[in-house]
Amino acid sequence: MKLQLKYDINVTFKSVLEEQLNKLAIPYKINGFGEVEFLQPVNMKKMEELTILLSTYGISIINDHKTQLVQKIKDTINGMINSNETITQNFSDYLAERLGYSYAYLSNLFSENTYSSIENFTIITKIDKAKELLTTESLTLTEVAFQLGYSSVAHLSRQFKKTTGITPTLFQKIIAQRKALTN
Amino acid sequence: MIKDPLNIVLVDDDEDDRTFFKEAIDEINMNTNLSMFTNGQEFIDYITIPDQNLPQVIFLDLNMPIKNGLECLTEIRKNDLLDKLSVAIYSTSCSDKDIEKTFVLGANVYINKPNSFKKLKSAIKEVLKINWQYHTSNLKRENFLLKI
Repeated sequence: MKLQLKYDINVTFKSVLEEQLNKLAIPYKINGFGEVEFLQPVNMKKMEELTILLSTYGISIINDHKTQLVQKIKDTINGMINSNETITQNFSDYLAERLGYSYAYLSNLFSENTYSSIENFTIITKIDKAKELLTTESLTLTEVAFQLGYSSVAHLSRQFKKTTGITPTLFQKIIAQRKALTN
Repeated sequence: MIKDPLNIVLVDDDEDDRTFFKEAIDEINMNTNLSMFTNGQEFIDYITIPDQNLPQVIFLDLNMPIKNGLECLTEIRKNDLLDKLSVAIYSTSCSDKDIEKTFVLGANVYINKPNSFKKLKSAIKEVLKINWQYHTSNLKRENFLLKI
């Protein structure tokens, strides 16, 4: 028997993190977007312990400021796209405000470190979300376009084709056939 | 983060195609390690050695002797260890039926072998860049499909 699972990676991540942090017995606060704040000083031994505990789950602690900021940009974009609220503010203002750096700085830093630009990454993330909604939630293209803030179905459809090289309909067909094949 | 080299594999029986591919990769300004094989069996033998350093992406020709691209793709997708590997089909066929079939069997990327060196370079670059996003970000790899 085979099961198809649907999961919310943010919830999974948070549960794993809490479970492991509790083992250290140091008070902490999770600030969201992959940031933990310790409310008491943490010694080296505890940090090493935590590094090992988290590595089992493929979670690593980022020490370098630039890497950290790039990750924050990605997490913020992710958070925006995955929240079900409609996006009213534009991305660049939102990122700058949220992270406390000018958009020009963030944009340069991102391009230097990721083989992509913030704009491109946002499009890839949005299309990735569209794929998920089309296959696991069985939403129609119209519903997906609305949820992701596209001005029209045609716009989403075009961006989907441009980003992946295939149409949303063919994408759905391929994923359905894949599932049928593994079942 | 960008310093880690990308491990890339090309499996193609045509010597000229391998040469063009290598030249294209060399000219792309990305930190890469390329390994090449002449048929699917040779690659499978190599990749199933225990503790092998796994590539992030493999470019697979469809028509090859001994073990062709589709057989190779099927074996890769059956092997749990090779789960994270992205498979890019690299073929002269541009029939919709072939394309759909490879995607259904688990390919992530389909590249129609370009007819100019310039196009080849930009196609490889595009694949590597997008693949990199899937490897380093919170994107759902099972939904990674790209046709160039």
